[in-house]
Amino acid sequence: MAEVEVQTVKGVGKHKKEFLLPLLRQMQLIRRFEEKSAQMYGLRKIGGFCHLYNGQEAVAVGALSALDLTKDYVLTAYRDHGHAIAAGMDPKAVMAELYGKITGCSRGKGGSMHMFDAQRHFLGGNGIVGAQIPMATGVAFAQMYRQQVMDRKDTGVTLCFFGDGAIHQGAFHESLNLAAVWNLPAVYIVENNQFGMGTAVKRVSAVEDFEVKATGYRMPGITLDGMNVIAMHDGIKAAVAQVREDRTPVLIDAKTYRYKGHSMSDPAKYRSRDELEAYQEQDPILILKAVMSDAGMIDDEEYKQLDDEIRMIVQEAVDFAESSDEPELATMYEDIYV
Amino acid sequence: MAEISIRDALNQALDEEMARDERVFILGEEVGEYNGAYKVTRGLLDKYGVPRVLDTPIAELGFTGLAVGAATVGLRPVVEWMTFNFSLLALDQVINNAAKMRHMSGGQLSVPIVFRGPNGPAEYLSSQHSQALQSLYVHVPGLKVAAYATPYDAKGLLKTAIRDDNPVVLLESELAYAWTGEVPDEEYTIPLGKADVKREGSEVTLITYSKPVRMVMEAASELEKLGVDAEVVDLRSLRPLDEEAIYASVRKTNRAVVVDESWPVASFGSHVAWLISRNCFDMLDAQVELVSSEDVPMPYNHTLELAVQPSVEKIVAAAKRVLYME
Repeated sequence: MAEVEVQTVKGVGKHKKEFLLPLLRQMQLIRRFEEKSAQMYGLRKIGGFCHLYNGQEAVAVGALSALDLTKDYVLTAYRDHGHAIAAGMDPKAVMAELYGKITGCSRGKGGSMHMFDAQRHFLGGNGIVGAQIPMATGVAFAQMYRQQVMDRKDTGVTLCFFGDGAIHQGAFHESLNLAAVWNLPAVYIVENNQFGMGTAVKRVSAVEDFEVKATGYRMPGITLDGMNVIAMHDGIKAAVAQVREDRTPVLIDAKTYRYKGHSMSDPAKYRSRDELEAYQEQDPILILKAVMSDAGMIDDEEYKQLDDEIRMIVQEAVDFAESSDEPELATMYEDIYV
Repeated sequence: MAEISIRDALNQALDEEMARDERVFILGEEVGEYNGAYKVTRGLLDKYGVPRVLDTPIAELGFTGLAVGAATVGLRPVVEWMTFNFSLLALDQVINNAAKMRHMSGGQLSVPIVFRGPNGPAEYLSSQHSQALQSLYVHVPGLKVAAYATPYDAKGLLKTAIRDDNPVVLLESELAYAWTGEVPDEEYTIPLGKADVKREGSEVTLITYSKPVRMVMEAASELEKLGVDAEVVDLRSLRPLDEEAIYASVRKTNRAVVVDESWPVASFGSHVAWLISRNCFDMLDAQVELVSSEDVPMPYNHTLELAVQPSVEKIVAAAKRVLYME
């Protein structure tokens, strides 16, 4: 089988500093947020399953920067802190949710795996591998339905993120078929970090490049460099434009890598230090910083200033979570029925 | 008042609600061109077209989950499962998504969706196609569950379920679709959470829901021949449950028989029997009886399959036990 072409971008592409700086800022915010989450997990301020996004920042940040969240929607899996922040959620509400406080975005009922912001069209945060894929297909269905039945214009597209571990679930295959049959405006994005928990893709998958799976569902398949935020932005922007125009779905294989274990309890002994270090040399933040620096868009001092500001934002999020109230016991009976 | 079947009552409810609200749509296997495996959706594709009536591939998880997603952003899907046996393939989307989205989002989202189709035994279908699976659904907070055994209740409850902002599971029965009864010409709805006393009586309370209602009414007639005045409470809504209606009846009769075509272990019927034992302890003159299906998979053989299920004889015998008539 022919190797797939991984679409990437050299340098800063056609982008200006005004556009790239916020991307750098968001990736840095997610990185520092996750570092702080790990630290607070270690201090037992955060419990349960906690899946960190370190290393994959370019995927969520690049993809979401291509959307208009007044009409587009985003759904993802349980490794969702990064997407939540990239969707514009307040890090305070996200950190407070990790702490299980009443001020959290889900009132302390969701935790790490269930970040939601209905107003920003960020619909979670799903803890069952692949379970968000049919739901996201349904959100895209509603976008199609509103145009066809309710005569609305320009109802947007839906981005559905999931890991390579989800691609063998029936939910993935049933959804892509439905999206193709009913012409739904969905962009399916495999965040291919090459491990389903501790199991390498090649050990459990007939193919390692997932764009081929699009063929069976009569949709385009595209492979993007998920360590390069500009490549992610440009690739998703083009895909979204096509979906807006054609109202048919697309499958994206974003090649990425996670630096941490599957969750906080995973020491990741199933891979070598060399492999991890090789990927860390292609760190999405360092790549963007380097190309911006080469283009004269940022210097070390400006980057340090940006990082200092972000550290402060993250610290404020922690302070907010620390000082927030625990939910009242009576709240356990709330938010079950309308 | 017109005399119509449960099938047609459901069809009227769907038609009226689709006409009333363009957010309501139907999807499922064979609901469109085939007019429904049991003809409940007959004529709706012709009247409303695609995408308001959608034939799906045989992919219960996929189309059920799609409907959950569509509901989350404001549409009002009615999912037809060809039978509840096939709904097992979609269970993850119902339990983990439909029932949990509101909770996990801290009240930000709601999921106004109806899941309906035939549940429980029919005839000659063996073990995979004859299961009464309601206990799985009624177990789950976040879902509402209702059942009907008359055209009047079917139409009124389906209309209410479609207008409800929560996920509602509606239990139907293949053998009951043809049952007829009177339905008013004017519009009406029936609230969820309200039981209906189908027969007033003073000496023993027979509590049931769904298809067994008719059998329990026959048992009450048999009991009448024995000089026993039985009351029949049709729960109609399993969750929320009209506990007060149960207790009011048991306070009057002091004796209770629960009839449920589920298996007996950890079933909805056993839960109701426990509620009565706990909350009516001082009023009971006898143990609470549960008439359920036998604790076995359904056999194909007709004699065996009838013997597995509740029957008029079993219900009468249970009533006689709580009346100390044996």
